[in-house]
Amino acid sequence: MRRLSINALLVTLALSSSLALAQDKPAELKIGISTFTSGAASVFGVPAKAAAEMLIEEMNAAGGIGGVKISATFIDEGIGGDKLLSEYRRLVQEQGVKTMLSAISSGNCNIVAPVAEDLKILNVMWDCGTEKVLENKRYKYVVRTQGNATTEMVATVLYLLKMKPDFKTIAVINQDYAWGRDSWEIFINTLRVFKPDIKVVAEMFPKLGASDFSTEISRLQALKPDIVLSTSWGGDLDTLVRQAGQRGLFKQGATFVLPLLESSLERLGDAVPEGIIAGARGDHYWLHPETANDPKHKAFIAKFKARTGAYPIYPTYHMAQALVGLKTGFEAAIKANGGKWPAPDQVAEAMRKMKFTAYGREITMREDGQGLEAQLLGVTKRTPKYPFAVLDKMVLVPAELVTTPVGQLSTSWVKGINPALAKVLSTDQFKTHDFK
Amino acid sequence: MGSPRLRLLVALLLAAVLGLCIALPWIKTPVLLALSNGLAVLGVIVLIRAGQVSFGHAMFACLAGYGVAFAGRASHLDALLLVALGSVGAAAAGALIGLFMVRYRGIFFGMLNLAFSMVLFSVLGKFGAITGGTDGLRFDRPTFAGQALEREGFETALLGLALLLAVLAGLAVQRYFGSVNGQALAAIKSNETRLEYLGISAKRVFWGGYVLSAALCGIGGSLFALTQGLVTPEMGYWVRSGEVVFIAILGGSGHAVGAFVGAFVFEFVKLYAAALLTGAWQLVLGVVLIVMVFAAPTGLFGLVEKHLRAKVPQGSKP
Amino acid sequence: MDASLIVLALMDGVSYAALLFLVALGLTLIFGVMRILNIAHGSLYAWGGYFAATLGLAITQFGLPAWLGLPALFVAALVIGGLLGTLLEWALLRRILDKDPILQLLVTFAAFMVLEDLQRLIWGTQPVFVSDVVNQLGTLQVVGVTYTRYQLLVLPAVAVAAFFGLNWFLNRTALGRQVTAVTHHREMATAMGVNTHRVMGLTIAIGGALGALGGALASPTTSFTPGIGADMMVLSFAVVATAGLGQIGGAALAALMIGLARSFAVYLMPEVEVLMPYLIMVGVLLLRPEGLFSTVAARRI
Repeated sequence: MRRLSINALLVTLALSSSLALAQDKPAELKIGISTFTSGAASVFGVPAKAAAEMLIEEMNAAGGIGGVKISATFIDEGIGGDKLLSEYRRLVQEQGVKTMLSAISSGNCNIVAPVAEDLKILNVMWDCGTEKVLENKRYKYVVRTQGNATTEMVATVLYLLKMKPDFKTIAVINQDYAWGRDSWEIFINTLRVFKPDIKVVAEMFPKLGASDFSTEISRLQALKPDIVLSTSWGGDLDTLVRQAGQRGLFKQGATFVLPLLESSLERLGDAVPEGIIAGARGDHYWLHPETANDPKHKAFIAKFKARTGAYPIYPTYHMAQALVGLKTGFEAAIKANGGKWPAPDQVAEAMRKMKFTAYGREITMREDGQGLEAQLLGVTKRTPKYPFAVLDKMVLVPAELVTTPVGQLSTSWVKGINPALAKVLSTDQFKTHDFK
Repeated sequence: MGSPRLRLLVALLLAAVLGLCIALPWIKTPVLLALSNGLAVLGVIVLIRAGQVSFGHAMFACLAGYGVAFAGRASHLDALLLVALGSVGAAAAGALIGLFMVRYRGIFFGMLNLAFSMVLFSVLGKFGAITGGTDGLRFDRPTFAGQALEREGFETALLGLALLLAVLAGLAVQRYFGSVNGQALAAIKSNETRLEYLGISAKRVFWGGYVLSAALCGIGGSLFALTQGLVTPEMGYWVRSGEVVFIAILGGSGHAVGAFVGAFVFEFVKLYAAALLTGAWQLVLGVVLIVMVFAAPTGLFGLVEKHLRAKVPQGSKP
Repeated sequence: MDASLIVLALMDGVSYAALLFLVALGLTLIFGVMRILNIAHGSLYAWGGYFAATLGLAITQFGLPAWLGLPALFVAALVIGGLLGTLLEWALLRRILDKDPILQLLVTFAAFMVLEDLQRLIWGTQPVFVSDVVNQLGTLQVVGVTYTRYQLLVLPAVAVAAFFGLNWFLNRTALGRQVTAVTHHREMATAMGVNTHRVMGLTIAIGGALGALGGALASPTTSFTPGIGADMMVLSFAVVATAGLGQIGGAALAALMIGLARSFAVYLMPEVEVLMPYLIMVGVLLLRPEGLFSTVAARRI
């Protein structure tokens, strides 16, 4: 009798402990992903959604993350900041989502980061550029798996100085919100270090989602600046380039610097002329000089093109980085946790210590949650090979050279950059890759 | 206030809402949003009693919200103080703007309110250095009645406050409607000239109603801001004002309860539209309203109200 | 600000004002005849633009001659404005003529909401930009600045034609005079034997077509996304309120005023560009609540 009851006790203990271990792992890993599926920015957000679906399918086919399958819910950033916030909260509070990939818009990142911290869930900023989020506050639950505005803008300035060292006047036409304002601030403050007497002839900030730039274009034609900068993206950039082309703005001799142009190249086709300095917000490009022939990368490009009919653009690469980074982080956290399923802050902690590779160079994550990602810049070139412009004379700028160190604020750091850095891209250290 | 049946209905509705919030904790946020909206709708109902409609009243909710945000960022005031501050601010703005506004009637009244709200909307969106621009302003969660609470606790406390304010506001508005001023307000719709002949200044009565409506919108806006922790210029966009008027008619502009009935229906159709109606909540509600204007112009609550009137007492309780 | 910049601001302002005028014209016409402010007018603008873009795409897809592009815009406007406008009138506006003014406004607002969602369901949420018409017509230079012929010639020409055409119609044709009569006093016109229902139906169709024309003409130069109807609605409203409800000539001047204020702002003080229409509206309404050009106040008692 006693033996039976001891056996029964042992069996119960074994069952319950295995049940506890099994209960530890959730039935599925729920992720919430915010992206633009409506409005002007949807030309940007919809490919990213397709990439997410594709990659999650692949990951699940290989067993998911830590043996758990991923299930993703998408929310639309196009509904506006406060509605997005409601949706974000609903996913976390109603559906129990503990991992969010958010957001594309810098404005939305500013909104959701403190909320994620408050709700104690992991938030991976997968596309927004504003450097202010991670600089102004040390977050436990928020990380970023790509570069930030400082990295991108400083690299752009250096590339501009390399390609066109002599210019005196500049005009800017940026979207009027966090990204547009912050990116301009960093760009012009960096530029002033290298060219103290640069003259800003016009600062124009049409609203995000503006559908008509004709007056701004007239003004640019009248002022004839040497350089025209625009960090616009998505539908806004498309409209700007098309309208500028219609009005002959590209023919009047100014050099255009469009750091986010890579995502619009295929869509705009003939509307993009040669000679524009373009960026890709990171070292990703389906014609990447170093990884274009990498079998993993080639497979990704082929699969994406088959699925959506277009080549991958940088939002899709950023999504890939976020998902690969998430997987790497989870696996490291599971290991650190002795095989048990980690809590969101444990994953965030692991993510702050990791290195991972998506389809470009390796990305290093820093202790403040900021990812260090090299920057690819080039000049547009037309070729009979493709019905759209490609990037030529590409240079890859390592992030460590152009990113604000941990603990400092970009606004002050850029003002103290060493002026000698201006010539660094022209040294032998940096190869210029021509389009092949 | 009202008939015993009405009181019973209100008690039942309150119990239902509370029960829902206990059963499904996540539903507190939509309920809070519905209550904030309902308070703004209550403000618009006050104006509708005077036969006037404003297509810009979202600006008072917006002003209150931004007031809460500025105060919350600058100093660490308690949530209760913030609500008071936002509401008083909105009422003050209403008092000031009302001085101009009360000279207008009908379409011109509606248009001038719209114009003011669009100026506010544009200013908030453009002068980002002060207002945070189109991204809006965030502020940290304040203490509630001196207690520093976590998200869950704060939401529950805020819900309690919102329900209390909703009931008090509803009672106050119904009282106001029954009072001399309230009846004078209704006279502005039916025959303003006669009112003047009685020696009552229509403009002054209207001004009083306008300030009340602005204050109510302000309370709603403050609660909204505290729920979200974020204010954006969209709070003052003209379509928002239109939605508030829409809800007033949907719920029933004759009685305070209609404001909240309408607000809850609106909020929950929106919530489930994504899941059930492919996101086409505007289509559904638009059609519903058009049908209602023809079939039931007194709104959802108006349909019910008839049955709630106390029968003529025959010496025994109904 | 030197002379050349003034010329440029004028050019930009005029082309923008032309579009505003067309849309505002439709709105004020409908108000004049029905005494209802049709909030769904913004949807007509959006639908006109989307439909014009669809026609433009069809022309390219089916290999039709490219010169059809410009006429296609007018066809789109007529179809959408005429059909949708007439539908609105028959289904809704006609039946709310005697209702409480608040309910009238709400019905048109509800119609606006319905049309917004339908538009989203039909044309989706991604931006639509079909600009072949503009590219075909080429460019010209003014004070060293390149403008598209479309923007500088076609748009103002259409606006001017609409203005004079409408004035001719209203003053010189029998039907037009009936419309004017109904605008002044509906009951009196009925008593004099005017078929007010037919007149109202016609006016709505014309007004709707004008609103849709604004959208159709705007579509080759701007990208259409959800929400564009709401933005244009409140802008055209600002024009109509500034001019005075039912004032056609006033609408032209008000549209010019607002268009120029906006373009000058971009040159002088870009920060206040978006504010200009509403500041003007507030200013005018505070000083002259019936608008700048209204004659006898036809106020509801």
